[in-house]
Amino acid sequence: MIRIPFVLVFSAVLFSAGVYGVLARRNAVLVLMSIELMLNAVNVNLVAFAQGMQDLVGQVFALFVVAVAAAEVGIGLAIVILIYRNRETINVDEVSLLKW
Amino acid sequence: MVEATEAVSGQGATSLAWIVAVLPFIAFFLIVGFGKKLPGKGTELGIVAVGAGWVMSLAILWHFVTGGAPTESAVGWFEVGGFRLEIGQAVDGLTAVMLVVVTSVSLAVQVYSLGYMHGDSRFTWFYSMLSLFTAAMLNVVIANNLFQLLIGWEVMGFCSYALIGHWWEEKVNSDSAIKAFITTRTGDIPFLFGIFALVSATGFATNNIGEITEMAENGDISTFWLTAGALLLFGGAIGKSAQFPLHVWLPDAMAGPTPVSALIHAATMVAAGVYMVGRMYAVFVHADPFVLVLVSAIAGITMLIAALLAMVQDDIKRVLAYSTVSQLAYMVAGLSLGEAGYTAGLFHLFTHAFFKALLFLGSGSVIHAVHSNNMSEMGGLRRHMPITFWTFVIGAGALAGIPPLAGFWSKDEIITLAFKEGHYVVWAVAMGTAVVTAFYMSRAVLLTFFGEYRGQGHPHEAPATITGPLVALAVAAASVGFIGAPQLGAPFGDWVFFGEAHAEPFSYGFAAISIVGAVLGLVAGYRLYARWRERDPLRALGPAYALLENKYFLDDIYLRGIVRPIQYRLSAAVDWSNRVILDGIVHAFAYLARGLSAVVHVFDQRAVDGAVNGVAQLTGESGGLLRYLQSGNVQRYAAFLFIGVAALAFVFTRF
Repeated sequence: MIRIPFVLVFSAVLFSAGVYGVLARRNAVLVLMSIELMLNAVNVNLVAFAQGMQDLVGQVFALFVVAVAAAEVGIGLAIVILIYRNRETINVDEVSLLKW
Repeated sequence: MVEATEAVSGQGATSLAWIVAVLPFIAFFLIVGFGKKLPGKGTELGIVAVGAGWVMSLAILWHFVTGGAPTESAVGWFEVGGFRLEIGQAVDGLTAVMLVVVTSVSLAVQVYSLGYMHGDSRFTWFYSMLSLFTAAMLNVVIANNLFQLLIGWEVMGFCSYALIGHWWEEKVNSDSAIKAFITTRTGDIPFLFGIFALVSATGFATNNIGEITEMAENGDISTFWLTAGALLLFGGAIGKSAQFPLHVWLPDAMAGPTPVSALIHAATMVAAGVYMVGRMYAVFVHADPFVLVLVSAIAGITMLIAALLAMVQDDIKRVLAYSTVSQLAYMVAGLSLGEAGYTAGLFHLFTHAFFKALLFLGSGSVIHAVHSNNMSEMGGLRRHMPITFWTFVIGAGALAGIPPLAGFWSKDEIITLAFKEGHYVVWAVAMGTAVVTAFYMSRAVLLTFFGEYRGQGHPHEAPATITGPLVALAVAAASVGFIGAPQLGAPFGDWVFFGEAHAEPFSYGFAAISIVGAVLGLVAGYRLYARWRERDPLRALGPAYALLENKYFLDDIYLRGIVRPIQYRLSAAVDWSNRVILDGIVHAFAYLARGLSAVVHVFDQRAVDGAVNGVAQLTGESGGLLRYLQSGNVQRYAAFLFIGVAALAFVFTRF
């Protein structure tokens, strides 16, 4: 039986790695992957609490997150492909139209 | 009067008195609007309206003949503060008698005008003004409050102006119209202030004539205010009823068409002043006694000087005009004799209306035939115009006081009463005036109808529309005196009285004196004028004649002493006040407005625009600063997001 604090520390590290990836990576695909890391860090938390509190709701929630993450990646990759087709790049620094 | 209304069970026809006044008013609008399109050019409207009014007036008079009591009714008009203005009718015996007089004379005049004004270029307009005038006079007659009376009073002034100037193409006519208007206005101003005085004396409680009468009788109004009110009101009567010193407009008013002279300047409008004094009699009686003395003095002066002036006129209408002034003075003198004189004065008003209208219409018939106003161009007309002649003689006899014609009864009543009440000066003047009256009327009749014809062309008797009213009025002039005859019970005194009904002051002795006086005048007239002389025999009077011929130089005094100086100085003053005061005010306001707008301008520029521009600038600058946050770099946004979330998490967990 793994104690919950260990799991939380692990998920926090995982989440932080995701945050770093999202903020620091230039490649849009890697940014998406970093988002997946963050989502899965959340999933780890949910499952850990579900186990610790003997409540299945947490696991159900984790399954929802997995489904949403799949959909998100599907849409995200589609956007990335469209950006690439239009601009010959997937560098997020160069996709900066959302400004004045 | 209000209690009386409650005491009466049946009002008879009196409750409909207002319709008598409204009918000609409606007729006025219809004639103005549609008159020219009608076959009779609007005349039928006026005649039907006043004819219906005449019938109703007789019905109203019947109410009082059968012993009915006065009635009053009113509807609210508007209220200003606590002051309620009504429009209503107060019908008593005097009102009923006046309704009959006004409608009778108006009816006669309107029928007469069919012939007299035939072919006139402003025929329809003439009739519309006659109708409006009649309506205004009837309004004065039935008015139960002073402001309503004033409205009718002023409308009459305007109608008089319009009708005197009916033939305005000649300057003398329009000048006369202006003179009449301004002279009567001179009296209207004190009249207006008299109304103010009385209304304020009641504590602004009422302007109802009946209530003011009641308050005056109960002593609720101080003698001072009553005296002031009476004097000011009498000022109005002096103007309207052409008493000395404002009588000068009436003879000049003869510039108007003759039917107008008959209607307005003999029978009705000039009677309004006398009527008003009768209406407001309580104010006069309860005022300081010197008021009535003043009234009788004015009346005495007026009756004598006007009668003397009538002796030397060549214009037949001017003879009658001065005679009107003189006779009005008789009425005023009668009223000045106190409560008993009330009936006598108003009885003379009643009879005079008929025979003076008759005389004017008769003179109009003559003028129509010979195309001249001057008696020196008439003569011998009794053979050519027998109906006019006989009716005129009846009228002249009534005026001269020949029994049993109307004027005898009423004039004799005043003269007798003056003696019996101890007003010997009034009596003497009235007697003297009666002699002069008989003299100038015999002169007028002799110069006009006797001797040889001296004018142009061949005069013919007038058409039936002219002679018809003459005959009707002659019958009235001969007979209406009997309703004041004591031998027949003098019913007039039961209809029109102040306080309580007084026995008619009649004695055969005084009647005999009056008759002798009248005959004396007639004989003197006959002696001097039975034979036509190129040179008026009265010229033998020398300077006195010159004085009379120049109307005592009163017109000159007014013109040189008042009109001219005022005219120029007033216009100069008006000019000055216009340029300096009015323009000054206007300019001051303009400068003020400019200064104010300059301030507003600065305020606009600095404050309002400053605020607007400042907001815009602030927004622009802050936007310029903030735009650096909006880099378009998604990762930087995400970084802010995380910083925010971290901050929130910190806040939520710590607090």
